[in-house]
Amino acid sequence: MRLNLTVNGRAMTADDVWEGESLLYVLRERLGLPGSKNACEQGECGSCTVYLDRVPVCACLVAAGQAQDREVGTVEGLADGEELSTVQRAFIDEGAVQCGFCTPGLLVAADDLIERVPEPSDAEIREALAGNLCRCTGYEKIMAAVRTAAERSGGTSGSGSSAGGDRT
Amino acid sequence: MTGATRATSPGPERIEGHAKVTGTARYAFEHPVADPLYLHPLRATIARGRVTSVDTTAAERVDGVRLVLTHHNAEALVPIGDPELAVLQSDEIAFRGQLIGAVVAETQESAAHAADLVEIRYERMAHDSDFRDDADIVYTPDADASPMLSPDLEEGDVDAALADAAFTVDATYTTPTEHHNPLEPHAVIAAWDDDGLTLHDSNQGSHLVRDLIAPLFGVDKERVSVISPHVGGAFGSKGMPHGHVALTALAARHTAGRPVKYALSRTQMFELVGYRPPTRQRVRLGADREGRLVATEHDSLEQTSRFKQYAEQSASASREMYTSPNRRVTNRLAALDVPAPTWMRAPGEAGGMYALESAMDELAVSAGIDPVELRLRNEPEVAPVSGLPFSSRNLPACLREGAERFGWHERDPRPGVRREGDWLVGTGVAASSFPSLFFPGSLATIRHESGGKYRVEIGAVDIGTGSRTALTQLAAEALEVPVEAVELWLGSTEQPHASLAGGSAGTASWGSTVVEAVRAFRTEHGHDPVSGAETTAGAGKNPDAGEYAMHSYGAQFAEVRVNADTGEVRVPRMLGVFAAGRIVNPRTARSQFLGGMTMGISMALHEHSVVDERFGHVVNHDLAGYHIAGNADVGSVEVDWIDEHDPHVNPVGVKGIGEIGIVGTAAAIGNAAHHATGVRVRDLPLTPEKFLR
Repeated sequence: MRLNLTVNGRAMTADDVWEGESLLYVLRERLGLPGSKNACEQGECGSCTVYLDRVPVCACLVAAGQAQDREVGTVEGLADGEELSTVQRAFIDEGAVQCGFCTPGLLVAADDLIERVPEPSDAEIREALAGNLCRCTGYEKIMAAVRTAAERSGGTSGSGSSAGGDRT
Repeated sequence: MTGATRATSPGPERIEGHAKVTGTARYAFEHPVADPLYLHPLRATIARGRVTSVDTTAAERVDGVRLVLTHHNAEALVPIGDPELAVLQSDEIAFRGQLIGAVVAETQESAAHAADLVEIRYERMAHDSDFRDDADIVYTPDADASPMLSPDLEEGDVDAALADAAFTVDATYTTPTEHHNPLEPHAVIAAWDDDGLTLHDSNQGSHLVRDLIAPLFGVDKERVSVISPHVGGAFGSKGMPHGHVALTALAARHTAGRPVKYALSRTQMFELVGYRPPTRQRVRLGADREGRLVATEHDSLEQTSRFKQYAEQSASASREMYTSPNRRVTNRLAALDVPAPTWMRAPGEAGGMYALESAMDELAVSAGIDPVELRLRNEPEVAPVSGLPFSSRNLPACLREGAERFGWHERDPRPGVRREGDWLVGTGVAASSFPSLFFPGSLATIRHESGGKYRVEIGAVDIGTGSRTALTQLAAEALEVPVEAVELWLGSTEQPHASLAGGSAGTASWGSTVVEAVRAFRTEHGHDPVSGAETTAGAGKNPDAGEYAMHSYGAQFAEVRVNADTGEVRVPRMLGVFAAGRIVNPRTARSQFLGGMTMGISMALHEHSVVDERFGHVVNHDLAGYHIAGNADVGSVEVDWIDEHDPHVNPVGVKGIGEIGIVGTAAAIGNAAHHATGVRVRDLPLTPEKFLR
């Protein structure tokens, strides 16, 4: 099939797509956007988390055909040009990035959390990020980064990213 | 010389942090290559035997399939002594899941589909995958055959000392098979052209991969390039190249220069890239009335593979830890028809110290001595077996500082007497130790670009630990320039030879190399070098090597809650205090310790690769069935370290921090669980049913 979709605000097309292949495969292997990671292939680890019509999903569990005419937001769309989003900046500042493979999915999940819950409690952060496995950091620095990002967002909506599209 | 740090600066931020948060850091599988093909492996579905026939007709008819490779059409490789790399060289099957072929196609999906259509017939032979203590399969490895093995040890008269001891412990502990599960699956892109082979490979040592793969294919090393700028975790599983690298390079021989890409699935990682072998360890301790050890005996039985021996010698944890006039340390292996184990974070120490430090807690309970105090009373003046002085040993400082910070002095030693609602509450402690290693043979190039900017090159690999950042700092410090003036290049064989990222020895080995190379540069070019001035040099032999016992140490404290009705175990609070020489970058170092401790929580509570010995495979071979600690499994984890200046370990005073965080964690948690419940569980992981009786 020919797949038409919007990724990070840009209209994109991929040809000769098998409807059953994953959105993750389309992003990584056909559209040149390998930021979203493939680490478990079955929705356990959260490394492939992207926005699909502003809802975070595991891109490995979304069939390519399901993304037809929809809006996808990936880690590559979080920053505004050279300006990092609040969660991206906080992850660097707090040392929440190690090997970096879980990072793209975590950033999208954290971005979504702060959008939904501007002042999350620790329990809410842990619960929201429970589906994003990290094998390096031990989560403490990720917790610190999300707290910092929430603080810097001033408890108001969003973390300044555009990956989620125009959230109204 | 000692005293807890109160960190002033957090240290520079991770150099590649920006690339990683923007999704632009390129991992092995993501390197842009023109016109790639995708590989899907064929794997044995029996645990022992041979392939009798392969029918590839249906697979070859699938649209997009370019190659079906088996032992019938694979080229001969040069035997280099590593059975894992000798893929498709015969019809023999030594373990279930073994690589026996590959399909290469235009897309990943068509390769996978075609692989399902290959019909393979086998001659089945009886296999043995049941880990047990049985003379038929158990042997003592030849310690003379490998510098990595220590021989069994017998000092004094252990049996007589135990008979006379005031207090004794005799306990057997088991640890299960565990899999590393770095988030990034092993991946490689292989391409042959007129210049040779290029591998974009996720590994812990690009030069090591080249040093093994080049002779395997009978080509000069200069004709093999290995590139690995970013690696998504490894934990030992990417230390040695495994069969998939050889398989992908073999397949790429048939594709007329088109690159072949292969990333393992999570399930394949449970059979093809090593694991921590299961252990059964018996520890006997004897102490006098004051709690001083008079006898230490530690015997470890570990699984290895008949296909390829691997020995990590868990009992060796008891060689140098505490003073004891009588000592027996024995390490045995049980060889089975299973995949080859390999190094996994703190190989030997993680399991061995779990047993020793659990036994020390049992001794403390039976002697009625506080477990912190018991360890302090058994602190050796010199390394017990070698008799060497310690380059530095600050275990007592870690224990005292940790006890103070944790609020240990308020502890009621009685087990099973604290209850808050449905939860039984307890606290536990364990010590950590890990050898301070230095791998020789690395080289670094220092080049003055212009205007005070320097380019530093070393072929080391940053597996996510922060090596790139720490080495940049050490180079800048040695050059006496700001960090921003140094551009560090690493990860590939394009840079000078560097040792493996392993043994917690990266910063020690490569940092020393960079610092010595800077000194050589200054000697050659002075402090006002011309643009283009360049020196390549390495670190010389450490004159103190062999003169001192060199280890890092730590003390781990845990609070554990066990649900009185369900047996659920929670770890709301942990504190680790470490003494590991110089901490180059507090920001990245803290994360390493935290990550190690969290993997220790995971080891204590969750991790268990369940083997079905009828078939010889791991049943829970994905992240749904193999639990690693998630965010909601972890409570407060605090880390601190003792300021430690060690002039003997190496020129940069670094002892290594990648592994010690996992050492002792599971024992501290198990000891706290006993304190909470009065139930002593000696079999990891500490799953709920073990506390219900």
